[in-house]
This record gives sequence, C-alpha cells and structure tokens, in this order.
Amino acid sequence: MIIRPNNDGFVHAVASEITPQGAYLSRRSIIRGMAIGAAGLGLSDWVGREAFAQTARPGALPAMNFVPSTAAGAVVMDKPTAYKDATGYNNFYEFGTDKADPARRAHTLKTDPWSVEIEGLVKKPGRYHLEDLLKWSAMEERIYRLRCVEGWSMVIPWVGYSLADLIRRVEPQPGAKYVEFITQADEKTMPGVRSGSLEWPYVEGLRMDEAMHPLSLLAFGMYGEVMPKQNGAPVRLVVPWKYGFKSAKSLVKIRFVDKQPVSSWTRAAQQEYGFYSNVNPTVDHPRWSQATERRIGEDGLLAKKRKTLMFNGYEAQVGQLYVGMDLKKFF
Amino acid sequence: MTMRAALRHPAAWWALLWVGLMPLAWLVLQTLQDQLGANPAEALIRATGDWTLRSLCVVLAVSPLRTWLGWPELLRFRRMLGLLVFAYASLHLLCYAWFDMGFDLADTLQDLFKRPFIWLGFSAFVILLALAATSFNRAVRWLGGRRWQMLHRGVYAVAVLAVLHFWWMRAGKQDFDEVLVYAGVLAGLLGWRARRALRRWSKR
Repeated sequence: MIIRPNNDGFVHAVASEITPQGAYLSRRSIIRGMAIGAAGLGLSDWVGREAFAQTARPGALPAMNFVPSTAAGAVVMDKPTAYKDATGYNNFYEFGTDKADPARRAHTLKTDPWSVEIEGLVKKPGRYHLEDLLKWSAMEERIYRLRCVEGWSMVIPWVGYSLADLIRRVEPQPGAKYVEFITQADEKTMPGVRSGSLEWPYVEGLRMDEAMHPLSLLAFGMYGEVMPKQNGAPVRLVVPWKYGFKSAKSLVKIRFVDKQPVSSWTRAAQQEYGFYSNVNPTVDHPRWSQATERRIGEDGLLAKKRKTLMFNGYEAQVGQLYVGMDLKKFF
Repeated sequence: MTMRAALRHPAAWWALLWVGLMPLAWLVLQTLQDQLGANPAEALIRATGDWTLRSLCVVLAVSPLRTWLGWPELLRFRRMLGLLVFAYASLHLLCYAWFDMGFDLADTLQDLFKRPFIWLGFSAFVILLALAATSFNRAVRWLGGRRWQMLHRGVYAVAVLAVLHFWWMRAGKQDFDEVLVYAGVLAGLLGWRARRALRRWSKR
C-alpha cells in the first residue's frame, strides 16, 4: 500500500493533470490570438502553426515531418530540456562511460545504410531497411519525461511512432510473450565496445503488453529533426515510464520470444537492475534513493531536487499493466 | 637565478599557493558563467573530488622529491599543500551536502547507509580535519614532535581511503581507468616511504 503524506499540500492522481503556470499563461495568449484571428486574420493558419511548433527546431540536423500525437499522455506540459543538454549529456556506453563521451565520439557511428532485423516468433520476419521502417506509420511528436536511473531527468520531444504499429505489421505468433531489443555493437566505430563495462551487444526487453502500449515509442528523431548519433541514431526505443536504460539505442534487431529476455544491466548486476525497471520513487536502487531527481537545466544548482513520480508520471496510462504485481519484487 | 634559489625566495610560497588555488578560481568562474555543462551539481562534486586527489598526490610527492633531488627547501611548502588538500576535500563534502543532499540531514543519513563509499570519503575527511586542526606551530609544540608526526602519518590512511572511495564510486560503471592512475601514483608514493622505513628498520 502506498501511504501518501498529506503535507505535500494536496493529493492528486498524476502530475500531468496539473497545468504549469507557463503553459496556462501561453494558453491564454493562444486564446487571445484566436480572438484576434477570428477578427479576420486567418484563424485556421494561426492555430495550425501553433499546434505543430511545440518546440523550436535547433537547426542541427535534417528536419522531420510529423503530426501532433493523439495518444493519451503523449505530450507532457513540462518545459523541454535544452537541445544542447539533451545532446551533450548522455549515457551511451558504446561510446564511453562519461556522459560527455557520446557527444564527442559518436560521430563515427555509421547510420547509412541501416536495417533492422525482425526475427523469432513472428509471421513476417526479415531484414527491413530504415527507409521502409520510416514509412510504416505516421510520425508523431511525443514530449516525454525521461528519468535516468542515476537520479536525473530531462524532457525530450521525440519524433516517431508507437512500437505497436511495427509489432502489428510483423504479426507476432501467439507464443510471443516478450520482445527483445538488440542494439548495434561495432568495435570499429564504437570505442566503448572494446572496453568491458558491459557485455555487448546491449540487450533490452519488454513484456508484450508493455511493448504494445501506445506510449512505447519507436523514435527516429527528436526536437523535430533526425536522431543525433549520440542519442541512438537512427532508430531507438523510448519507454517513458521506465528508467532510461530500458530505452535501447541504435536498434539492429527486434526479436519476439516466449521467455523473459535477460537485459544487459540485469546480466551485469542482477540485484540492482531488474527486468521491469519501472520508475518508482518507493523502490530504491540498492545503492541510492530513487525518491527524488534533478531535472537537467531546470532545477538550479541550489534548488532542492524534485520528487520522482510513480511510473515517471505515467501512472494513469500504464498503471493497469502492473495491477496485482509486487513492484518491490519485480523491480 | 637557479631553481633552488627561486624556491627559497619568499614570494615562492605565495606563488605556489596562488597556483594551488587556480583550480578553485577556475571552477568558480565556470559556475558563474554557467559553463559546467548539463549537470553543474555533478560537475562540481566530481571536480572538487578530482582536485582533492590531485593535491593529495602533490603533497605526498614532496618528501620523495626532496630526497631524490636533494632539495630540502621543498619542505617549506608541505604544510600549505596539505591544507590545500583539506580545502578541496572540504569543498567536495560541501558540494555533496549542499547540491546533492540540499543540507537535509535525514536524506544525508539515508544516503550514507545506501552508499557505503561515502563513509570511506567521510572517514578520510575526518582524518584530514584532525590534521588541519593540528597544522599550526603551537599544535606541534603542544603535542610534542613525535606524537604530532605519528598523527600526521594519518595522511597515508587518507590516501588509501580516497582511492577506495573513488574506486567504489566508479565500480557501478566498471570504469577504473582513472582510478588506476591515482591508485598507481599514490601506491608509488606510499611504496617509496614503506621501502625507506623498511631499510631504516633493518639497519637498526
């Protein structure tokens, strides 16, 4: 049972239901703008432009076309993290364990040509080229919170489509209970793969219902542009209610299996990183507390860290996936 | 002017102190200009830890250098260098308690139980505190030279604890490259002392 103290001010279901003041104020200006527009200045144009430009494009990489997402919980109201921080502070051990390493070293990653192999318990296995995968569904912008297991968080506007769209297309067999994600591990282009910080290739996994959840995203870009190499180009997974390491980068293989896959971090430290790894402020990492987090670029040096939300604030959308499960046991 | 003459110059002490405080000045400047990257708190905690280890290597190199080079004038810098170690260690602890724990005692205590490597760092700090508190001339007279010297050999324990603290912190990522550099340098500096002590002991 979760005991919620009353000294938090008030008890609420999910933080995403609360409108930050900035968004509230900008909504007012939109309404004001609409009123002006309705007075004869081309209302539809104005509103349309507002809806598409949720975040300014950084202008670093080719732009992507996308539509706003209609999935519940797909667009949080938190302020997106600065592009510089989201692309300069990364955990991508294939390029080194320091968070500045990926930005410095990932330029060697060759993303063209790229293909993803779909295999295992699936009716349409095969090697699919990136160009084809890009067309399998309409690209959407999703503004997700990202909570790293280390205790920091960001807000990233991803571009991609629901993983479920890919899964439905390749038609899993009834026996497929889990999806395993295998990522690129090339010694020649990824210097971190030569060192033994983890076993390569990096492997992650999801239960089928988790993979089919509309919020599980196959991301091809971020900030309205194609995926930067240090963020897992050209295609990666994003599961916003789980710790960041579950969102495997630079995918080369998606395997449908009947047994729970062993992910790389579980293999490295079984007692510290479980299969589920859902963001959960009440279940600590054995070596540190998970109750709070530092929002990169938002919380100043002297600000207290903010409280971590259950399922990273996606409890309303994903809570039902774990009904009846002991989340302390299945961490 | 030869190197040794320069070292004997009264300004040399101030010059070295100035050099020793440069990393701190650099960090303050970077903080004020928001140049510490995406996670300034983490950057400051790590940088002050790095500079504690570096200054520890420097102060422990004084005696071996003095012997190898035959430059006794190096000795007059040792206390100041030791206090620099203490200064960077204090800043390291302050950054952790302030930026990471928000000066929340309950959170800090909980963190201490979660992360035993912090105990090691804290133990090293307590020893350094004792050394810093007895670093002035009156303390030497008050304790007596022999006892004072025994106490200040505690810096060797600090070196061991500091390396273990760093090693344990990096163990999560299994990334020991940097740890091994500091461990190697400090092992060399402590090894030199151990060998010298053994030789003296066997001559007796």
